[in-house]
Amino acid sequence: MSAARETVLADLRERVSALEGGAAKARICLPFGAPEIDGVLPGGGLAYGALHEFAGGGSGTVDGAAAALFAAGIAARTKGPVVWCLTRPDLFLPALTQVGLHPNRVIFVEAGKEEDVLASMEEALSFGGLGAVVGELVRLPMVASRRLQLAAERTGTMGIVVRRWRRQTEANDFGQPTAATTRWRVSVLPSEVLPVPGVGRARWFLELMRVKAGECAEFCVGACDEQGRVHISSRSGDRQDTPRRSVNS
Amino acid sequence: MIARRGAKRWVSAADAAAKKLGVRVGMPTAKAQALFRGLMLVNADPVADARRLDMIALWALEHYSPIVAVDGFDGLVLDTEGADHLQGGELPMVTKIFNSFHAKKLTARVAIADTWGAAHACARAIRRETVIIPSGETFRAVEKLPISLLRLPEKIVADLRVLGFQTIGELANTPRAPLALRFGPEVGRRLDQIRGVMAEPIDPIRTAETVQVSRNFQEPIGAAETINKYVGRLVVQLVGELEKRGLGVRRADLFVEKVDNTRQVIRAGTAKPARDVAWLTKLFRDRTEKIEPGFGIERLVLVAAAAEPLLEEQRVSSLVEEEVTDITPLIDIFGNRGQRVYRMAPFASDVPERSVQRISPVAESTKETWVGHWRRPVRLLDRPEVIEAIALMPDHPPRSVTWRGKRHKVLRADGPERIFGEWWRRPAELEAVRDYFMIENEQGERFWVYRAGDGVDPETGSHKWFMHGIFA
Repeated sequence: MSAARETVLADLRERVSALEGGAAKARICLPFGAPEIDGVLPGGGLAYGALHEFAGGGSGTVDGAAAALFAAGIAARTKGPVVWCLTRPDLFLPALTQVGLHPNRVIFVEAGKEEDVLASMEEALSFGGLGAVVGELVRLPMVASRRLQLAAERTGTMGIVVRRWRRQTEANDFGQPTAATTRWRVSVLPSEVLPVPGVGRARWFLELMRVKAGECAEFCVGACDEQGRVHISSRSGDRQDTPRRSVNS
Repeated sequence: MIARRGAKRWVSAADAAAKKLGVRVGMPTAKAQALFRGLMLVNADPVADARRLDMIALWALEHYSPIVAVDGFDGLVLDTEGADHLQGGELPMVTKIFNSFHAKKLTARVAIADTWGAAHACARAIRRETVIIPSGETFRAVEKLPISLLRLPEKIVADLRVLGFQTIGELANTPRAPLALRFGPEVGRRLDQIRGVMAEPIDPIRTAETVQVSRNFQEPIGAAETINKYVGRLVVQLVGELEKRGLGVRRADLFVEKVDNTRQVIRAGTAKPARDVAWLTKLFRDRTEKIEPGFGIERLVLVAAAAEPLLEEQRVSSLVEEEVTDITPLIDIFGNRGQRVYRMAPFASDVPERSVQRISPVAESTKETWVGHWRRPVRLLDRPEVIEAIALMPDHPPRSVTWRGKRHKVLRADGPERIFGEWWRRPAELEAVRDYFMIENEQGERFWVYRAGDGVDPETGSHKWFMHGIFA
């Protein structure tokens, strides 16, 4: 009885994966190394050959600092060159080096317009052989994200979009649907408490707002270390007044 | 500089010091010598001058534009349309041209205008080093310039002066017919050319070594697919030619000659010498949509304007499967689309904004990185912004800061990290000091702030506080 059920299920799975097209190739993933996060992601990590979206929370929607560093940490753990497309050149590279992304690996493509960033990203994603392609964007329309996702699927390169807006109020655009495989929000939290005065290791509130074939989740993590890894941090260090963020806002 | 014409000796050029003394071009030599005893006279050598100018023209052909020609005896004309994007735009291009002359202690004047005539006049009239005449304002720019810049024979210019014409604008506002009757069609032609009413093709220089392939069409072509097909074939031919000579292309130009005797040029640049059919085809395919076939194209010419030796490379197979992707083709695609492509490299400086330099994306990889004792912010503000801070002097972090109208209460802080001014770079920085602090507010937002000055000695800075970066 159960054996028959298993075969039916296996058959269905096969047919679904055939429909998904891009997933026909074995999906390879980049694990975070933290079992709690990898557990909720299908495949046990961030999929290569897919588009991932990161944004900041609070004032991070404008500066996108935490989101960019999180993206840099992920890009650092991939292999091969990284293409970083942007319009506002305010990234400070020494910080990226501190999460393990060597300056030799990053090639910046600075464009005057958002559309050019999208075009550059698509070109880089369909080139193949790159570790990751990162783009800093304000708007990510459905069609554009679909193109990026398809380009990433073709070559197996990881596409990362760091969303940053001009004003904090524009950030509700982040609720709009896109074709990205996962969508994350990275907000800053007060740093780890040290026994002496000073600023400890930074902590982030990581919200997995959307994931294809998976459940939403939220984590409290310690920021990227020298190898770009995050680790789950206990919430005990939080003060009571830390506002809880809702997943859908 | 003294030129000789028959038995006459006259001044053909003078440097700034001589001009200050009153020496003018066209003055008899004896008169110039009378103005200043010990005036250094050099005999002019027009042949050598022309040869030098040709060499400069070849250099410009390789670096800046597919269409370069010598303009008169003292200038060059470049058609930079479709080529300026490789230098990052018109302004960076003219600055670069000027600077490369300046580095050789030569004075150059660079002007960009819609037409050859206007650029010729403006380059010779300006006092500034460079000028870019906005498109469509050509005539307004040349209106006030003297008629001697109209490229007319000296005789006609002198006669026009006698009639009281001083500026190009005056001449243009006069009825054409009487002028043509008296001076021939030349005046009207030059005026039309300066306004762009009449086309003035530039006959580009070529060297014997330039690799060039072309294709004539019996019937003019116009469809995008046809153009693409023949561009592809030309690229294959060009690569074949290059292979014979062991060269790789750095700059390739596609000349599109149309039936109505106009010409359009597309220039593609590569970051490294290239001889790959797919790579070059892709660079041109990207931009063939910009070709306006008009009434049809009758000739396509593909020229390797700048080529460098490219040797065959032996690929060593190894047991370890290492994947090193050469991404130069990708860099070229970005570069030809007019985007700035660069890598960042460390620069030996403690001042944060100076510690990063942009280098070419294909530059050799660097070993060194930044010293990582202190955490660095992810975003560095373009210019430090003045903030209001409440802090205990001299070395306590601020208790609260107000930035962009928002007050942040500081809960935790790290610092100070003292950075000294670099007096070897700027003498004014001899005493300057910055004290950097990393501060964190109640929400966990982390900022990089500094105080100008050490908090004790007013010589070291204004003791104002600045916001400089945002941590993740």
